[in-house]
Amino acid sequence: MSRRKDDLADSRWGRFKRWLDGEVDPLMAPDMETVAPRSAEAAGQAGSAVREEAAGQAGSAVRAETGGQAGSAVREEAAGQTGSAVRAETAVQTGTAAAVQAGAGSAVRQAADRTALAGTDGSVRSAAQAVLPAKRRKGRLYDRVYQVMSVILCLGIISVLLWTIAYLPVFGNAGNPDNNEVSARYIERGLQETGAVNIVTGMILDYRAFDTFGESCVLFIASCCVLVLLRIDKESGAEGVKERLKAADDRRFEPKEDIILQKCAMVLSPVIFVFGIYIILNGHLSPGGGFSGGAVLGSGLILYLNAFGFEKTERFFNTKTYRRITVSALSFYCLAKSYSFFTGANHLESGIPLGTPGAIISSGLILPLNICVGMVVACTMYAFYTLFRKGDM
Amino acid sequence: MTLVQNFPFFSIVIAMFSGIVSSVLSGKQARNLSIGAIVITTVMSGAVLAFCLGTGESYTYMMGHFPAPWGNEIRAGVLEGLTALLFGVVMLLSVVGGMGHTFEDVEESKLNLFFIVIDLMLSSLLALIYTNDLFTAYVFVEINTIAGCGLIMIRQVGRSFTSAIRYLMMSQLGSGLFLIGLTLLYDVTGHLLMSPAKEAVAAIEASGSYEIPMLVILAVISVGLAIKSGLYPFHSWIPDTYGYATPTASAILSGLVSKGYIFLLIKIFYRVLGRENVVASRIVNVLFLFGLAGMIMGSVRAMLETDTRRMIAYSSVAQIGYIYLGLGLGTQDGVIAAIFHMFTHSATKALLFISAVGLYEVSGDKKDYLSLRGAGYRNPLAGIGFTVGALSMVGFPMLSGFISKLLFASSALLSPHKMLPTLIGLALSTVLNAVYFLRLVTTLYSPATPGAVVGEMRKRTKAAHWMLGGATCCFILLNLILGSFSQPVVRAIAEGLAMFE
Repeated sequence: MSRRKDDLADSRWGRFKRWLDGEVDPLMAPDMETVAPRSAEAAGQAGSAVREEAAGQAGSAVRAETGGQAGSAVREEAAGQTGSAVRAETAVQTGTAAAVQAGAGSAVRQAADRTALAGTDGSVRSAAQAVLPAKRRKGRLYDRVYQVMSVILCLGIISVLLWTIAYLPVFGNAGNPDNNEVSARYIERGLQETGAVNIVTGMILDYRAFDTFGESCVLFIASCCVLVLLRIDKESGAEGVKERLKAADDRRFEPKEDIILQKCAMVLSPVIFVFGIYIILNGHLSPGGGFSGGAVLGSGLILYLNAFGFEKTERFFNTKTYRRITVSALSFYCLAKSYSFFTGANHLESGIPLGTPGAIISSGLILPLNICVGMVVACTMYAFYTLFRKGDM
Repeated sequence: MTLVQNFPFFSIVIAMFSGIVSSVLSGKQARNLSIGAIVITTVMSGAVLAFCLGTGESYTYMMGHFPAPWGNEIRAGVLEGLTALLFGVVMLLSVVGGMGHTFEDVEESKLNLFFIVIDLMLSSLLALIYTNDLFTAYVFVEINTIAGCGLIMIRQVGRSFTSAIRYLMMSQLGSGLFLIGLTLLYDVTGHLLMSPAKEAVAAIEASGSYEIPMLVILAVISVGLAIKSGLYPFHSWIPDTYGYATPTASAILSGLVSKGYIFLLIKIFYRVLGRENVVASRIVNVLFLFGLAGMIMGSVRAMLETDTRRMIAYSSVAQIGYIYLGLGLGTQDGVIAAIFHMFTHSATKALLFISAVGLYEVSGDKKDYLSLRGAGYRNPLAGIGFTVGALSMVGFPMLSGFISKLLFASSALLSPHKMLPTLIGLALSTVLNAVYFLRLVTTLYSPATPGAVVGEMRKRTKAAHWMLGGATCCFILLNLILGSFSQPVVRAIAEGLAMFE
């Protein structure tokens, strides 16, 4: 167990929690613009300003946190010097507390610079602090009004929507507008036209396959955006990659080689994998399909990862595998369905046999498409998890 | 079915496929693929436009083996082809013009992700234009939203993260309202495809049942899409989003993404809810008021701004206000003016963002507009581009902005109750536009304060320089074409709208 309080506080989760608690407000920090993640120096310099302000503003919070560690010694030191500005400075000097407020990595290394800086413009800061309360009070009033107004607005929207429901057709009534020729054909001729016993699968992967293709692309673009946001490229060789990777990895805070978890995972993960594969392969025969089966597979992978760590999973699943699987699955989906759309629109025979309904290899393209969707969903789930855990796969 | 009729489907799939393949390519390969895809889809959209103008009617395209009420469908007509063509051109020029900055702002290992986002953005815009199915529209609205978010945060600085979060929240609120509207609509009509849904709506209106749900549906869909396109009271995400993203992203987000939603709204008004019902429900009056308020308030906020890009972003709020004002007039002419202004705004706003890049480069990348003093001499082409864009926004004759203001004014004359507010609003907004845009232009051409440090000029490759210059020239040309040969465009819009009915 390598869990230490400072490490946890400096981890992504710790920073996020402080942000949630309102101790650090990224929207208010004036120098956010200059905190570029790619250069450690720039982050340090710009960060120092932010940190000072944070330390100054949340002074009491810092002191409370410092209290636990540095104890009365700090407070005595602070008392020896003068003014609240100086107290903030002391907080900075203690290093750990500053790191708590900082939100940017490698804070300890910068502590010396910051102390110097804090010394030079201490007077400026105390002036700024004098101005602050009046500004804050105004802001608080605005916040309060804003909160009240947004609650009223939400209640208004909710009541209008509830009121509307009263005028909608009664749920489950046979004469409802949605019990029309559309659903009738899906139910009556779905099996015959798509070959899928599970009508829902037939609907989403054959009648309305274009929408489903769009949905898998939603997953794809979402995972691309998470990659944009969180991925730290190991091979890029840019400065500070190692520190960033280390700062992002929060697995080091949790117990490793947990025997109970490992034994459970050894029993459970194979079952979960088999069940996920079953759901995907039987998507056209029984309830389930690519989306649900993929989610089951992904959760199995995540369980395995938690029990055995990244070293084990990276043997069979890394960024390259992820890319290959997603690209081949989506490309196959795209090409196969384009063929089907093209032949359908031009009134050509597609020549894809539907097979015997109920057999595992039947219903034309639905089975391979389900497999593709399942793989994309599983990879996306797993990718989200690992990216949030350590910034890479 | 001729080959040309397949083109709408081809262009959506090509854009999407190049996005998927790009994830295994390097940044440069992904860029080439992306530019290729944009060029091909633009040419295809041109062919679709020519085909539809030739035959004089629109057609639907079955996505699969099942006909209309059962399977998915897309639809192409004159207006769809024209919009897709223009969007393609603007997208190409924005991507090419901002290329130098893209390669600087984006980490090298993430370049291919940037072009994936561009490709999927293109495909979702095309799908929003061509769709004939409400649920397909929703799915691609989702892709569009997430891709927009990716475009904003790909420039990894703190401010762009917060603006991406803000964008995501507001945009998801809009999507959520839109989805609620679609669900309610499905509940009362039982259809997701536009043409059968329209028949069902007509039957409902004739029988007078579901009066309240129909009103709520109309309100929720309009407000949802208005939030997503940044109509005035819902505009708070715009300045940060456009102000801090990389230039290509700003140009695409302001020029195209918001217009895609407006186009969808117009399509839903015409092809599902029925224009008469929309006008009768008086929801257009609300849009009219919001548009009017946006025209004035957006310009006022732009005047108070000192950061050049935020100023341009606030001007977008005003221009979106113009478009909703046109929709709010509730007449055919008003909608034509709104669509023409949509085109004007995409061409002009993208020009402003791209040419502002050229001016920043020679002024040390400062935010304050005063730092741009004399930049018009240091980079003549960018200066001319910016001036043309600014004059077009103010409504200078020969440029496209003039024509759209003319169309707004003349269509206002035909709607008696809204004539006076429209004309006063137009006049006021034009004056305000002139104040802040001409202030910028004068700054560009006033000599730099002696002794002031210009700041170091950005070093850039020759290729990036030429690309920026070329894109600026093409944008100026596009503006001149829209301004001086507006009649064919207006006629095509009118023809396309007639096909919508």
